[in-house]
Amino acid sequence: MSGEISRDEVAHVASLARLRLDDNELDTFTEQLCVVLETAANLNSLDLSDVPPMAQPYPLTNVMRPDVLVPSLDRDEVLAQAPDVEDSRFRVPPSLGEAP
Amino acid sequence: MSELPEQGQRVGTLETDNSKTVEGVLPEGWEMVIGLEVHVELATTTKLFCGCANNFGDEPNTNICPTCLGLPGSLPVPNKQAIEFAMTLGRALNCTVLPSIFARKNYFYPDMPKDFQTTQFEEPTNAEGFVQLPNGRSVGIERAHIEEDTGKSTHLGGGGRIHDATATLVDYNRAGVPLVEIVSHPVMHDAETARAYVAELRDILLATGVSDARMEEGSMRVDANVSVRPIGNDELRTRCEVKNINSLRSLGRAINYEARRHVDLWTNGEEPKQETRHWDEDGGRSTSGRSKEDADDYRYFACPDLPPLTPTAEDIAAIDAALPALPAARRSALAAAAGVEIADTTLTVERGLDMLVIGAIQAGADATVAMKHADQNLSDGQGQLTLESFAALVVMEVDGLLSSTQVKTVLGELVANGGAPGDIASSMGFEAMDTTELASLLDGIIATSPDEWARFLEGDRKVQGHFVGQIMKATQGKADGKVVNQLMTQRANQG
Amino acid sequence: MSGAQELAASIRSGVQSAVAVADASFGAINERDDEIHAFLHLTKQRAQIQAQAVDDAVANGNDPGPLAGVPIAIKDNMCTRGEPTTCSSKILEGWRPPYDATVIGRLEAAGAVIVGKTNLDEFAMGSSTENSAFGPTRNPHDTTRVPGGSSGGSAAAVAADFVPLSLGSDTGGSIRQPAALCGVVGVKPTYGAVSRYGLIAFASSLDQIGPFAQNVTDAALCFDVISGHDPMDATSIPNPLTPTLPTVNDGVAGMRIGLVDELMGEGIDDDVIARTNQAAEALTAAGATVERVSIPATIYGLAAYYLIAPAEASSNLARFDGVRYGQRVEGQNVAAMNVATRSAGFGDEVKRRIMLGTYALSSGYYDAYYGKAQRVRTLIANEFATAYESFDLLLSPTSPSTAFEIGAKSDPMALYMCDVCTIPSNLAGHPAMSVPFGVGDDGLPVGVQILAPMLEEARMFKAAKALEDAAKGMS
Repeated sequence: MSGEISRDEVAHVASLARLRLDDNELDTFTEQLCVVLETAANLNSLDLSDVPPMAQPYPLTNVMRPDVLVPSLDRDEVLAQAPDVEDSRFRVPPSLGEAP
Repeated sequence: MSELPEQGQRVGTLETDNSKTVEGVLPEGWEMVIGLEVHVELATTTKLFCGCANNFGDEPNTNICPTCLGLPGSLPVPNKQAIEFAMTLGRALNCTVLPSIFARKNYFYPDMPKDFQTTQFEEPTNAEGFVQLPNGRSVGIERAHIEEDTGKSTHLGGGGRIHDATATLVDYNRAGVPLVEIVSHPVMHDAETARAYVAELRDILLATGVSDARMEEGSMRVDANVSVRPIGNDELRTRCEVKNINSLRSLGRAINYEARRHVDLWTNGEEPKQETRHWDEDGGRSTSGRSKEDADDYRYFACPDLPPLTPTAEDIAAIDAALPALPAARRSALAAAAGVEIADTTLTVERGLDMLVIGAIQAGADATVAMKHADQNLSDGQGQLTLESFAALVVMEVDGLLSSTQVKTVLGELVANGGAPGDIASSMGFEAMDTTELASLLDGIIATSPDEWARFLEGDRKVQGHFVGQIMKATQGKADGKVVNQLMTQRANQG
Repeated sequence: MSGAQELAASIRSGVQSAVAVADASFGAINERDDEIHAFLHLTKQRAQIQAQAVDDAVANGNDPGPLAGVPIAIKDNMCTRGEPTTCSSKILEGWRPPYDATVIGRLEAAGAVIVGKTNLDEFAMGSSTENSAFGPTRNPHDTTRVPGGSSGGSAAAVAADFVPLSLGSDTGGSIRQPAALCGVVGVKPTYGAVSRYGLIAFASSLDQIGPFAQNVTDAALCFDVISGHDPMDATSIPNPLTPTLPTVNDGVAGMRIGLVDELMGEGIDDDVIARTNQAAEALTAAGATVERVSIPATIYGLAAYYLIAPAEASSNLARFDGVRYGQRVEGQNVAAMNVATRSAGFGDEVKRRIMLGTYALSSGYYDAYYGKAQRVRTLIANEFATAYESFDLLLSPTSPSTAFEIGAKSDPMALYMCDVCTIPSNLAGHPAMSVPFGVGDDGLPVGVQILAPMLEEARMFKAAKALEDAAKGMS
């Protein structure tokens, strides 16, 4: 492995993505991600300084809708799909802290 | 716009004014550095990216659709009115309106349905502006960008405090409501200026109609970035972001508390941690708001679902043309018309009486008298009072046709029901007293108060009130105090 | 079962009833889908109601639309109101969306009868339909082999003649590659031609919905129905699109077609190259001029794609957090619940791509990975634009090989290589399609790919039809 990404980095990325990996998974994923990132390193040979990035393939601008009400969903239909509901709201375990 | 300084005259930094700053708050030699992030909800009918109602206080989870609930497969489409409001606000804040893109700010939080927030990062709609405060100084604005609001969490148990909660309930009615986040430069150095800045922003928001700017309902939310440094030092030290500030009063308290906490830490050889803190208004303190393990790596990237916004020069010109007169320009105009300092115009402009006063002055009313009424007698606004009747009333007052007590009464009637001041004065029996009649009344009072009169002749002006009072009593307040004064002086001169 | 156009004609004229056609489709599925596993869920009740409505319309002298009574299968990453929509993921097991994708509404408005939801690689990440939480789909031509992916269920459903039409989604080849491996027609339209509203996003700037069909004409018919502007999708092209069906038989006489050098060499099986060369000859015989053309940037497509698609996916898939819908695994606090839910709910390939994408976007790496990959996109689009100055269309293989054995490609990178020919069109946003053209040395179908400039679907379909006609002549 050329070590494009370290095991610790994989563990950090997993935590950012809210995924838990056991030790075996960490090893396997580190190895696999290294292979993919080595392929990505092919791009390093390209001089792209004059090439602008493309975020969207079809160049649209200023796509907007009028400020007009559209009926909302039926609350019961939506809440029926939720894992846990209380008092017409989505119930989740307690948060550790404030939103950023 | 013409009354405001040109963009080139923008004051990017606010000069430190130590005389007003730190006294009683920070120990000598320290100053605070304050930057504010103000979130304002735009007064649109629908949300930023979907057609659900943007309403405060509705039944939980009634204004939700696939898009604002972040259901799989849903897509955002920007609300034209929200974009226009944001640009209007940008221009009102003297910003440059730029081509912009929406970005995704990635982090997990249950009140954020997609677990990313659609916001603007590297290319915000509005950049580099300023707000001119009533005291004449300016606060530089770094950016005013568009983003979506989150849902609302209610923490169960633990007395509503986030750390002790046993569960959280989420209502997504607010999720996707359009916000503009106004980010100031870190150029304020005392809580009073921060409060004045927020008050001025609120007035601008109300004047432009882009938000109802209610701090108590959360449609205007202020986060304060606070740090401190030794005076005379330009460095920016570690700052903390204080959230949950729900009033102007809280803002001042939270800033002072946080700055003091920083000074104490530095003085003890410690260093504040860069973190988000929660203002506890009841406890009068800030507490650490977020666990350390949530490292901030938001992985911003351009939202692939949303094409860029590219306003043309014509679009911006149209926004400028539609801008109402803004508080700073109105204060300048009033100060010029009334010949007073800008600082003395704040109240009148806040009450929306500036056009009334300027109009009355132009129609011949005395500026000082007109300003006095705006300040003292029109605290509830002008009501039914028209510019013409206001001007006429002030003229009558200055000509001595009505006493100041009578003027106040007539003014009250004009505000309540409108009408012509002359007619109202007549119907209330406020005919100006004949001067001859007043003179003979005065003679009578001199005769019964020889001691007082003697003192008056010796130059004791304090006894003047005795005579005016007696005459007012005799005339049931119809006499004009000023005329009585003039008569007394004449009489004294006559010997 | 007859083709879609034929079926619609016979139903509109009252020769067959839509209800009977739907029943026949369910009968065929019932008979063989235990073996193929193209479907995850059948929408019998919805199909019944829609088929009855079509028959009623015919009985009342109303026009039920161009797809009257045509049974159609839908890849299970498009939302269908009240019907399971799983993306082949445990995390969405049991979820019934409260809304329909735009394409669903368009299909039903045109009279189509949705019979069920088809299997896919979880969240459309894969090229074999082996990465489904609900088991793999098998290739109807050889059930020991994969149907390709990620839209393997939709390709197999058409190849097995369960339905004449189906919808797939194509992010890096997920319609064209399974079409090639299953011997059916598969179309990846211009980015923005078909609304993505209701398509559960994998990589938003690459995803497009498109049809599978047993023949080119049916594919054109279906494309014309599902394409067109949708105000619910801000990336939907607002300009009116040229219908493709009226000109599908116009032929290729006078067209200049470029055979892409870089996609005709290393990594592509010889039998596939041989069929592609034969396709070029067939087009020449039909009156086109075919020449080799070099588009060097295409070789960087794979690397760019495997940064861009995971990056967007890492953000798109964050919302599966156990809060509002789908599965939840409880935890002490909300973060622990998120972690438990996502760790249990996503399969390995999805986790791999989420992590790859999270890394590519993370602080300090953005420019080196995601930023660079976006510039490669521009490079590829520019080189395509240059090529299209000299050519009307381009030609290449669709897949480097014919269908491979189930379980043969366990290494992720080996599977990623399956998309090498199809990825460049997604990166550029251009339309491309796969047309069956003969068989490989193993007797399994080979597909050739026709690539067209932005919004030139009509031209692309003409060439596809010419190839289809030539292929018929071969066999």
